[in-house]
Amino acid sequence: MSWIIARRRRPVAGYAVVLLGLIAVGVVYAAFTTQGSPASASSPAASSRETAVGRQLFVQNCSSCHGLLAQGTNTGPSLIGVGAAAVDFQVSTGRMPLKEIEAQAQRKPPVLNTAQTHAIAAYISSLGGGPAIPGASQVSTQGADTGLGQQLFTSNCAQCHNFVGAGGALTQGKYAPALTASTPTQIYEAMLTGPEAMPVFNDTTITPSEKRDMIAYVTETRSAPNPGGFSLGRVGPVTEGLVGWIGGIGALVLSALWITAKRRVHE
Amino acid sequence: MTSTNEAPAGAAGEGPVEKVLAGTGTFLDDRLHAAKSTRTLLKKVFPDHWTFLLGEIALYSFIILLLTGTFLTLFFKPSMTSLVYHGTYSRLDGVRMSEAYASTLNISFDVRGGLLMRQIHHWAADLFMAAIMAHMIRIFFTGAYRKPRELNWLIGITLFTLGMLEGLFGYSLPDDLLSGAGLRILEGVILGIPIVGTYISFFLFGGQFPGMDIIPRLYIIHVLLIPGLLLALITAHLFLMFHQKHTQMPGKGRTDKNVVGQPLYPYFMAKTGAFFFFVFGVLALLSALAQINPVWLYGPYNPVAMSAGSQPDFYMGMLEGALRIFPNWSWNLWGHTFAWNVLIPALVPLGLLFTGAALWPFLERWITGDQREHHVNDRPRNAATRTAIGIAVITWYGIMWLEGANDVIADHFQISLYTTTEIARYAVVIGPVIAYILTKRICLGLQRKDAATLLHGYETGIIQMRPNGEYVELHAPVPEEERAVLEARTTAPLPLEAGSDDDSGVPDPALRGPVGKLRLALNRVVTESVPLPVGNGHGTNGHGNGHGGNGHGSSVAGEPERAAVTSGEDGKTLLGRDSPEDPGEH
Repeated sequence: MSWIIARRRRPVAGYAVVLLGLIAVGVVYAAFTTQGSPASASSPAASSRETAVGRQLFVQNCSSCHGLLAQGTNTGPSLIGVGAAAVDFQVSTGRMPLKEIEAQAQRKPPVLNTAQTHAIAAYISSLGGGPAIPGASQVSTQGADTGLGQQLFTSNCAQCHNFVGAGGALTQGKYAPALTASTPTQIYEAMLTGPEAMPVFNDTTITPSEKRDMIAYVTETRSAPNPGGFSLGRVGPVTEGLVGWIGGIGALVLSALWITAKRRVHE
Repeated sequence: MTSTNEAPAGAAGEGPVEKVLAGTGTFLDDRLHAAKSTRTLLKKVFPDHWTFLLGEIALYSFIILLLTGTFLTLFFKPSMTSLVYHGTYSRLDGVRMSEAYASTLNISFDVRGGLLMRQIHHWAADLFMAAIMAHMIRIFFTGAYRKPRELNWLIGITLFTLGMLEGLFGYSLPDDLLSGAGLRILEGVILGIPIVGTYISFFLFGGQFPGMDIIPRLYIIHVLLIPGLLLALITAHLFLMFHQKHTQMPGKGRTDKNVVGQPLYPYFMAKTGAFFFFVFGVLALLSALAQINPVWLYGPYNPVAMSAGSQPDFYMGMLEGALRIFPNWSWNLWGHTFAWNVLIPALVPLGLLFTGAALWPFLERWITGDQREHHVNDRPRNAATRTAIGIAVITWYGIMWLEGANDVIADHFQISLYTTTEIARYAVVIGPVIAYILTKRICLGLQRKDAATLLHGYETGIIQMRPNGEYVELHAPVPEEERAVLEARTTAPLPLEAGSDDDSGVPDPALRGPVGKLRLALNRVVTESVPLPVGNGHGTNGHGNGHGGNGHGSSVAGEPERAAVTSGEDGKTLLGRDSPEDPGEH
């Protein structure tokens, strides 16, 4: 104790107390909050209780645009028949509830936790079916063929999402987002439901096993090292040209200035 | 060649090294008679300025391109033969691809140092083109293309054009997704040529796109034909520069009749040698740190696929941008499609740029009536109209260049893609006009400032109060070196209008017609400048101490390491400094 007493008047003591306080609050908060708790496996047959909770959450968070019965209004489409996968994709990526009406909903930290999201999904699903949230085995990349995944990705996705999923611009302010933060489940759901400007790639177009190959390609590529050095964003020659001019010509102009510098004559 | 190890012990007063050197020198000179010309060569004077090294970046990049390119040819297989890949890059294991792409993967992942060589080669290509652009811009703004250097300017433009083609063919070789997209656009442009387009395309690709022939064909053009042409033209470029002597920046004692600078040996040689290593060092650093053209990520070429953000290398970006902003116009006449939406952006902007650049020195000479030789560069501000035209062209080029990357810009700065195109369509017309007007006003303003400085001297910031209470700021006279720079107006316009009248006041009939009137009008625009204050010695020979004679080094007093050289009418180089005894002479 005398060790602390001896140091309590040091300038750093104040910061240490604040830091300890923050940690304490954080620990206590984490113990009570439900945010970020491990995802509960979605039971295929949603209980009627979950549906009821989902309806409650829907009315609170979504009904102002989608209508009290999810029938759609002037500002939001009908959700009858869109399926649980669509709800899970939109809510878990934070796109819904929408922040503001613009060309395209943006990815942001999710407002509702996994259990709440699944509850709303169960409610929407109960209104008219539609694609379900894929299970863990459906999105597992265990033993997937990334080579085939790359070919499928290049042929089907790269024209909007770029060759490694770094994203790209679309028309009228829309864009294909970067796939850097997407979870395997979200990628699967996006293919299944075709959110925003994206087309639907159903199981006839791209089989479930091919979907797993593509997910494997996307997730593996984004963590794959760059053998040639810094990746420069993996967006192609645009950043290369920028680096060539600024880093290359810039550095050489500086050295040219140095080489041709005159010795200063002192007064 | 004898080496020092085998040399006998030296005689008294002379070390063994000196003796061997002298012996070797004598041996060589007896056979080559090169001592005299070498001595002259080593004394050749080069003016010094950092912008004079921009062209050297291109030269040294080219040397590095030749070396790394040779390395790559040892492992690259220019073949479209299809195979199934089973190599080190396991992510593409079992994928069907062309032999060209597979060998590029092999160079990148299996050949020791192969990826570094590939990256140095590609970065050197980028630096080569960037340096050529920077060098051309410098030449243009300083008026270094003027008589007698018009031919070298034309060679430079040819080099730039060939460099673009060489780069396009080079990055098309690996047969990856991106390069295939580039070739697809090339095919589209060729198909866009009315009537004969289809035939030319079938001739080039040996049938339908992509076919089996294009890669081997591009390869031989890329490694043999264009490098040969580039090498020949670069040699011619350097010889002409050497023969005509380098231009110099305006300064004290520098005239159109001398060259002030440092002799080739040892000063310039040391500097340029060091600069080679700077270029090589920067390229090695870039290539070791920054990934370029990751073909393994693009994947093998697949005619049905295309990636977002497919851009060419930066020197082709302007063409890409022109293609993106041009309206979708096409005609269908007499059973033929005239695809103006492809043909015009592919041919017109670059055609205008190169034709305009090639004609400009001659056009300027015709407009100004300036037939003199120029060896002292202009300061860009002193040729306001030329500088304004240059900035306008850079703006015009730059907008199309940016537009070539419009999807990347739209995505990363969250602007609507169509908005960038709409903005660019207007900006490409209005931007250059604004740039021209602004630049010209800025240049004339700077001229006015120079004139004021010459007239009043520098503001010292010292305020004095006079006995009557008036405050004045003290002005210090401009130092002589600065004055020489401020007074340098090598473009001093020739009075075309006044000089066109003959002795009896009759106007020159050549200037009376519509062409003559146009020439007069253009002359008025191009030669617009702020007059220098009279009575400061401008136009007289007041500051030219020594350069009328044999141009001794004394003309640049205060800089003892410099030598001044006068070139005689016969083109011989007279040395301004005493030459040390040549050890090779008897």
